[in-house]
Amino acid sequence: MNKPLRRIAIFCGLLILTLLIRDNWLQYVKADTLASDDENRRVNIARYATPRGDIIVGGKAITGSVENTSGDYKYKRTWTNGPMWAPVTGYSSQAFGANQLEKLEDGILTGNDDRLFFRNTLDMITGKKKEGGSVVTTLNAAAQKAAYEGLGNKKGAVAAIDPATGKILALVSTPSYDPSKFAGTSDEDAKAWNAVQKKNNPDDPMLNRALREVYPPGSTFKVVTAAAALENKVVSGIDDATKTPDPYQLPKTTTDLTNEHGTCENANLRYALMVSCNTVFAKMADTVGNEKMIEQANKFGFNNKELDTPVRASESVYPEDNEPQNAMAGIGQASNRATPLQMAMVASAIANDGKLMKPYMVDQLKAASLDTIATTEPEELSQAVSSETAQKLQEMMETVVNDPQGTGGKAKIPGVTVGGKTGTAQHGLNNKEKPYAWFISYAKLADGSSPVAVAVVVEDGAANRGDISGGGLAGPIAKDVMKAVIDSNK
Amino acid sequence: MSSTTNSPTHHTSTIGSIGTPSRRNTELALLVFAVLITVFAYANVGLAINEEVPSGLLSYGLGLGLLAGAAHLVVRKFAPYADPLLLPLATLLNGLGLVAIWRLDQSKLLQSIQQAGNAAPRQLMYTAMGIAFFVVVLIFLKDHRVLQRYTYISMVGALVLLLLPLVPGLGRNIYGAKIWIQVGSFSIQPGEFAKIALAVFFAGYLMVKRDALALASRRFIGLYLPRGRDLGPILVVWFISILILVFETDLGTSLLFFGMFVIMLYVATERTSWIVFGMLMSAVGAVGVASFEPHVQQRVQAWLDPMKEYTLSRQGQAGHSEQAMQALWAFGSGGTLGTGWGQGHSELIRFAANSDFILATFGEEIGLAGLMALLLLYGLIVERGVRTALAARDPFGKLLAIGLSGAFALQVFVVAGGVMGLIPLTGMTMPFLAYGGSSVIANWALIGILIRISDTARRPAPAPASNPDAEMTQVVRPS
Repeated sequence: MNKPLRRIAIFCGLLILTLLIRDNWLQYVKADTLASDDENRRVNIARYATPRGDIIVGGKAITGSVENTSGDYKYKRTWTNGPMWAPVTGYSSQAFGANQLEKLEDGILTGNDDRLFFRNTLDMITGKKKEGGSVVTTLNAAAQKAAYEGLGNKKGAVAAIDPATGKILALVSTPSYDPSKFAGTSDEDAKAWNAVQKKNNPDDPMLNRALREVYPPGSTFKVVTAAAALENKVVSGIDDATKTPDPYQLPKTTTDLTNEHGTCENANLRYALMVSCNTVFAKMADTVGNEKMIEQANKFGFNNKELDTPVRASESVYPEDNEPQNAMAGIGQASNRATPLQMAMVASAIANDGKLMKPYMVDQLKAASLDTIATTEPEELSQAVSSETAQKLQEMMETVVNDPQGTGGKAKIPGVTVGGKTGTAQHGLNNKEKPYAWFISYAKLADGSSPVAVAVVVEDGAANRGDISGGGLAGPIAKDVMKAVIDSNK
Repeated sequence: MSSTTNSPTHHTSTIGSIGTPSRRNTELALLVFAVLITVFAYANVGLAINEEVPSGLLSYGLGLGLLAGAAHLVVRKFAPYADPLLLPLATLLNGLGLVAIWRLDQSKLLQSIQQAGNAAPRQLMYTAMGIAFFVVVLIFLKDHRVLQRYTYISMVGALVLLLLPLVPGLGRNIYGAKIWIQVGSFSIQPGEFAKIALAVFFAGYLMVKRDALALASRRFIGLYLPRGRDLGPILVVWFISILILVFETDLGTSLLFFGMFVIMLYVATERTSWIVFGMLMSAVGAVGVASFEPHVQQRVQAWLDPMKEYTLSRQGQAGHSEQAMQALWAFGSGGTLGTGWGQGHSELIRFAANSDFILATFGEEIGLAGLMALLLLYGLIVERGVRTALAARDPFGKLLAIGLSGAFALQVFVVAGGVMGLIPLTGMTMPFLAYGGSSVIANWALIGILIRISDTARRPAPAPASNPDAEMTQVVRPS
């Protein structure tokens, strides 16, 4: 009987061997895939096992952590003034995931980033608990507050940039949401989450309007058209009369374009921008041509699908189009679309003598020990316009604010040179919906440096559409933001 | 084996001859080692979870040590030539099982759903009962051949045990498999005991019938086909296995009994054709039943796509379980070296985390390295069992030993393979590791019987016959 016994012994050995092979497959080959599977609760248990690192604005944390009283997630994320900061931080929820900085810098905040590996190993040896690092932002708390309070109950967005570096100083979107309300896993968290979803809330509070919503830029785009005209020598000087009829018949159509204010016939550039002549800029866009208009818009940052701040901004579009549409796009209508951040970039490039800096909001990444792991260096995106053109554009934009006839008078700040441009963008079928009120501006100090450029858009305003002018609604908000930046720099 | 072949007067070729050391001291040293490993693991869990050496360390260590010591003394007295590895291996597995159960007792999640809390003290009690059983076997079963007398009683006993869970009011359906009975506040898995009774019955039956089954056959395409009437027994066992599968809906139990029978049949008759027949019949049976039995189908679905099963369960659909996927995550999260005792999250498996799925806790906390060592411990037990079968001098002992160790190997494969997603999940548990009285007690009895057979096998032959002629006749057998 021993021969079959030996064979059975081999068979039993094979059974055990099969198990060993399977075990190696599970715990060696597939181990990482299984261990990092999003559905594997251990991933989140580890993520929330230690207090999450903080997001810092102006040396103060705008986030925090509280210890949970129940459940296997030990710590929960909190935000100070969540609705105001949500467009910057995004959310980090134990039940619903994360977005924006909370997601992009998750590695640093949880302390799992590869760049922290050496420190973590050291901590493990010395018996210290793993801690999350912090994300130091470029934002300016005072400017953010001014923008948030300025928008108040109105629907809209503000983006402010430091023209010289591209540092984002304010990024506000209203209506907003409080990420603290759904940071946990309870039923109340789920209720709060559902309440801010677009399908349950037509105002879509979770939409980051400053980065992710594209609006027709309206008259604020006229500075880009002016830049294209000056760069392409379509006009010689800002005070030279143009040959523009009023009304202006759009090329290849019988549609007449008119103006809201002023006498725009053969107006010069300075005057045309000051009173926002549609005819002058539509004709100018047509003269420059679609191709060159696109080229100029691109230099200001349009048509860029991958603008990462590091949170990715939606693509602002200056479209390829036929002649009449191109003429309308030249005054910020037709298929022309821009994010508030994009229009702030336009203002900032002009303020920075034509040089467009890449906007960014993460200044430094720090380890828990406060050692700096990475610093973002300012990066030039393009020379949007020549320095001379930039000077001319500045002059024109300052006229908009300072001339008694100008549309941007409400943005005036005593002792500071302000240049701006208003916009009232029509939208909806046959332009029936309430227009968007726009204002873009920059401030210049006595020493010639420019600390801030800002773009404000207000989606809905007073019922009377005549009252919705960029100057009236958006201008004062822009002024407050600029003033807040200047005051905090003192 | 024999160290005396150079001496002309000792030409006995029996395995284990005069002068073979009894190896009892080896066993004792290994036992001390097994208890120490357990105590160390226990302290490790306490330090990881509560940052202090658990207060029960002394009582658990002493408890397990005393039990193992008692078992050792009984072996020393009643089975002095027994295999020295079986007892320490069983003690180590049992001890590590206790540690893992205690570790899961500390989980607040499992406490809140009443899946753990005070399981470890109870398991220690079951262990005591199991070792008591082991002692009883060794003291009262002086010679395993006595069991041969109870061949048919064993058969009846095994059938009754197997059918008990189907008795209305007595049987309990736990997570789909009806392999439990409820007596008072105790749940008993009669299948664990039936395993031993069946092995006894098969061994006794096959010893008598082996010649008929082996010799009376026709040759067909290289295979010896058994006569029609000799097919009877295998058909009956096959049919009962199918019944278990259909009515108790447990693939594991069914596979275990049928597999054990085929192994023993093959060993008894030395006919490969039985293996072929056995495999064909299990395939036909399994596929046939799976084609209409929804519970089996669902288990197969869960095995093929555990993630889908997990999602369905998460959506709150009845009849689906996330356990299979949770177990896979536990293994994967353990990785090569594991998280360390007490630092994993195998409690996420929830139901049956400390019984059917206990292997996942080991996988996560002691990692690939630890789990491979653990599987090799099982391999060693099986190997010692097969060696006992090889060494046994009587066919009944050989058959019984190979039946028990083969069933043990099959059970380990079916359970570990199920938890690791190699085959569909079944309702059986890892011998010695898993929480559950029936399993612990039955497996200690199983080890007791193996030790009894090995003692007989390794016992030195009676004093050499004085008649030199008789000596000469024995030399013929090659050793």
